[in-house]
Amino acid sequence: MRDETLSSTETDSGTKNGFSSASSSAYRVSHGWRLIPFLVAAVVLVPVGTVISSLFVPAGDVWQHLVETTLAGLLVNTFWLAVGVSAGSALLGVSLAWFTAVCEFPGRKFFSWALLLPLAIPAYVTAFVALGLFDYIGPVQTALRAWLGPDRFWFPDIRSRLGVIIVMVLAFYPYVYLLARNAFLTQGKRSLEAAQSLGFNRTQGFFKLALPMARPWIAGGTMLALMETLADFGTVAVFNYDTFTTAIYKAWFAMFSLTAASQLASLLIVIVFAVIVVEQQFRSRMRYAETRQSAKATPIPLSGWRAWLVSGLASGTLFFSFLLPVMQLGIWAVGVIERDFDQRYVEFLWHSLLLSTFAALLTCAVALLMVYAARRYPDAATRGAVRISTIGYALPGAVLAVGIFIPIAWLDSWLSEMAMQLFHIETGLLIQGTLFTMLIAYMTRFLAVSHSPIDSAMQRVTGSIDEAAMGLGLSGWATLCRVHLPILKGGIFTAAALVFVDVMKEMPITLMTRPFGWDTLAVRIFEMTTEGQWEQAALPAVTLVLAGLLPLIFFMRQTES
Amino acid sequence: MNALLELKNIRHAYGRQTVVNDLSLVLKKGAIGCLLGPSGCGKTTVLRCIAGFEPISTGEIALNGVVISSAGFVLPPERRHIGMVFQDYALFPHLTVLANVGFGLHRMQKTERAARIHEMLKTVGLVDVGGKYPHQLSGGQQQRVALARALAPKPDLLLLDEPFSNLDVTLRGRLSLEVRDILKSQNATAILVTHDQDEAFAIADEIGVMHQGEIQQWDTGYNLYHRPANRFVANFIGQGVFLPGKILDPHHVEIELGTLAGEVPHQCMPDCQLCREGNPVDVLIRPDDIVHDDASPLQAAVMHKAFRGADIMYTLRLPGGGTALSLVPSHHNHAIGEKIGIRLEADHVVAFSQSTSS
Repeated sequence: MRDETLSSTETDSGTKNGFSSASSSAYRVSHGWRLIPFLVAAVVLVPVGTVISSLFVPAGDVWQHLVETTLAGLLVNTFWLAVGVSAGSALLGVSLAWFTAVCEFPGRKFFSWALLLPLAIPAYVTAFVALGLFDYIGPVQTALRAWLGPDRFWFPDIRSRLGVIIVMVLAFYPYVYLLARNAFLTQGKRSLEAAQSLGFNRTQGFFKLALPMARPWIAGGTMLALMETLADFGTVAVFNYDTFTTAIYKAWFAMFSLTAASQLASLLIVIVFAVIVVEQQFRSRMRYAETRQSAKATPIPLSGWRAWLVSGLASGTLFFSFLLPVMQLGIWAVGVIERDFDQRYVEFLWHSLLLSTFAALLTCAVALLMVYAARRYPDAATRGAVRISTIGYALPGAVLAVGIFIPIAWLDSWLSEMAMQLFHIETGLLIQGTLFTMLIAYMTRFLAVSHSPIDSAMQRVTGSIDEAAMGLGLSGWATLCRVHLPILKGGIFTAAALVFVDVMKEMPITLMTRPFGWDTLAVRIFEMTTEGQWEQAALPAVTLVLAGLLPLIFFMRQTES
Repeated sequence: MNALLELKNIRHAYGRQTVVNDLSLVLKKGAIGCLLGPSGCGKTTVLRCIAGFEPISTGEIALNGVVISSAGFVLPPERRHIGMVFQDYALFPHLTVLANVGFGLHRMQKTERAARIHEMLKTVGLVDVGGKYPHQLSGGQQQRVALARALAPKPDLLLLDEPFSNLDVTLRGRLSLEVRDILKSQNATAILVTHDQDEAFAIADEIGVMHQGEIQQWDTGYNLYHRPANRFVANFIGQGVFLPGKILDPHHVEIELGTLAGEVPHQCMPDCQLCREGNPVDVLIRPDDIVHDDASPLQAAVMHKAFRGADIMYTLRLPGGGTALSLVPSHHNHAIGEKIGIRLEADHVVAFSQSTSS
C-alpha cells in the first residue's frame, strides 16, 4: 500500500521522487518559472476582461443606432449561419469519414487524405473564388448566357445566405471529417464485429453503434466548425453578409466608435463561451469513450452503383472545395502575374513572412516556457493558468483586436502623460499601431495552437527519462540539449509551422491592429475582394494556399504512414 | 455423430502468405475446444473464419450440418448465431453494462429481455454494476461483461479470442476456472484461442496445438503432455529435453540413464521404421521423469537451479555430457557444481527418430 502511494506521487510529479535532492540541484531555477503561466494567463485575460466589461458600459449613441438598425439582423444572420454550417459540415464530414474509414470504393485511399486538402485554403479565398466564378458576371453564368441566351435559365444567387453557408461548409467540413474519421478508425472494426456477432448487419451497426459511439468526436468536430464560423471575418466580408465580426469592424473603422465595437464584441464572446461550455462537455465524455486502437480493419466492400455514388460524393466535394478554387486561382494568377508581381507584392509577402516568423517564434517560446513551468509545478493552479492561457484560440480575431487595442491605447496615453509630466517630452503614441501590439494579439490567439504539440511532445519526456540521464552522469544543461530538445524538436517544429501558417492567413487582427499602410497578403486580399477585384487577389491567395499546403502535407505524411 | 461444428480442410491466405493451411477439426455439442499455439500460428484467423469475419479459399465450415463458409461463400456473421468474446472485449464504451449485455437481444420483448439480462448478470456475478459504464469496471469485470453479452442471445457456438491476455496472472488463473463453470452451466459449446497452456488446460476439454497454420495434434491436455505426436508439440507443451537413445525392441528404449519401457512410439504402425531394433532415436525426458536419489550410483552435476517454492528445477549435466531437467522437492537444496544422485522414473516412452522434424 505504501509503495503504491509512493509510486503514484512519483508519476504525478515527475521529478519529485527519490532523486529529488539531485534533481533540484541539477535544475536550480528561480521561482520566476512559477509565474510564467500566470503572467501569460493575465495577458490573455486582459482582452477578454476588457470586452466583457464593456457589457456594463452605458450605451452610447452609436450603440443605440446599432440596436435600432442592425442588431436584429446580425442575430438572425449569425443564427442561420451557425445552424447551416454546423449541420452541413456534420452531414458531409461524417458521411465522408464513414465511407473512407470503413468502406471500400474506388479511390478510397486517395480520398482519405485528399479530403483534408481544403484545410490549406482560407475560407475567404474559397469565398471570393466562388463569387468570381458563379456571380452574374462570372464565367459560368456568362457562358450559360452565351449558350442559352440571356434570361432563358434560372441560376441560384450565389450572394445569398445559402451561398455563404455552402462556401463555409466546403471550407470547414474537414474538421468534422478529421475527428469523426479518427473515431471510426479507433473504434475499429472490433465494435462493428461485436455488433455483427450479436446479430446486426453493417447498416444497422452504423446507426445503432458506430454513430452513437462517435458522437463525442462528431460533436467536437462540429463545434470546431461552429467556432470557426463564429470567428470568421473574411468570408462574410466578401459576401457582404453582416455578422458580428464585420459589424465590429464597421463600428470601429466606419463609425469610429470603439465602444460600440467592443459592445458588439462582448455579445459575440458570450455566444462563443456558450459554445465552449458545450464543447467541454463533449470533450470530457470523449475521454471516457476512448477505445484502444485495434487491428486495421478490412474495409467493407461497397457494391456496384453504391461504390460509384460514394466515389462521386467524394470527388464532388474535393472538386468544389479544393480543385476548382485552386484551378481558378491559378488561371487568374497566371493572367495577372506580369502586372502584379511587382515591388508591392514583394512588400506584402515580406510583411507576411516577417509577422508570421516573429509570431511563430514568440508563440513557441512562450508555449515552451509554459510547458516547462507546468512540468516543474504540476499543481492545480498552474494547470488552471495553462488552460486560461490557451483559451485565446476560441476568441474571434475581431473580438481580440478590440480587446487588445483598448488597453493598449489606454497604456499609451498613460505613458505619454507620464513622460510629459516627468520629463516634459512629447512622446506621441508608443505602442499603438506597432508590430508589438500585433505580436501580442497573435500570441494570445494562437498560443493554444503551439501549446498542444509541444505539450504532447513533452509528455514523452517522463520523469524517469530525467533520472536515467542523471544516472548516466549528464548535467541539467546536457540533459536539456541531448535529451529534451531532440525529443521536443518535432513538436516545436510542428507548433511553429502551424502558427506560421495561421498568422499568415489571419485577417481581422492584422487588418485592425496593423500600423497604418502596413499591408500583408491577407490585407491585400481583403482590400481587393471588397472591391470585387478577384484577379488582383489571386496572386496573394495562391501564395497563402501554397504556404498552407506545406504543414498539411507534413501532417498527412505523419498520420498516414 | 452429433458434431456441432465441423471444419473440413480449410485454407486462408492474406495475399500470398498462407495463414491457415488445410485445417480440419470437429467439435461436439457442449464441448469446449481450444486452439493453442505461439503468436502468429494462425489460431486467431481460424476463429475469425468460423465467425465469418474472414473468408476461406478452400474447404468448408459447417455449423449444425449447414455449410456457413466455403470457397467463395461466406454467410454474414450476423446470421450465424455465433457469439464472440474479443481479446480487447470490444465493450461499447457509451453504453451501460445493462445495455451492453442487452445489445444482442433486440428481437426480444422488453420484459423478456430484462429478465434475460438479469439472468446473465447473475450468472457472471455482476448484478450490482448493471448501471455502470465499462470504463468504471476492473479488467476482470469487463471480461465477464463481454462474456455475458456474448452468451445472452444463446448462441449455438461461442468463440473466445485470447480472453484473458489483458488480465494479470493471478486473476487469469481464477477467472479461467470460473469461465469454464459458466460455460458448462449454460451448456455452451465454445472454442477458445490462447497461447497460454495453463489457460488451455484449465478451460478446454480438447486442445489443438497449432503451428504454421496447421493443427499438430488435437487431443486432451493429458495426452498432449504425455503423448506428444511430434517434436513441436513435445517442445511447446511443458518442459523437457531430448536425450539420444537406441531402440532395443518395440517396447524398450535404452538411454544413458537406463532403459525405458513402453510402446515405442505410442502410435506404432505395422511397417514402422522407427521402432526397428538398434535404431537411434531422441527420447523426450520431462523434469518429472528424473528423480533425485542420494543412493543412486548415477551422478549428475548441477548447472543451474531455479527455486520455485515447493520445488527446485535443477538443470543437470549428465555423465555423458548431455543436459537434463529435474524437478526436486525444495528441501533437497544443492549448490551449483555439486554432484547429486539421480534415477530415471518413467512408465512411458516418447521417442522420435533422430534429426527429422517428427
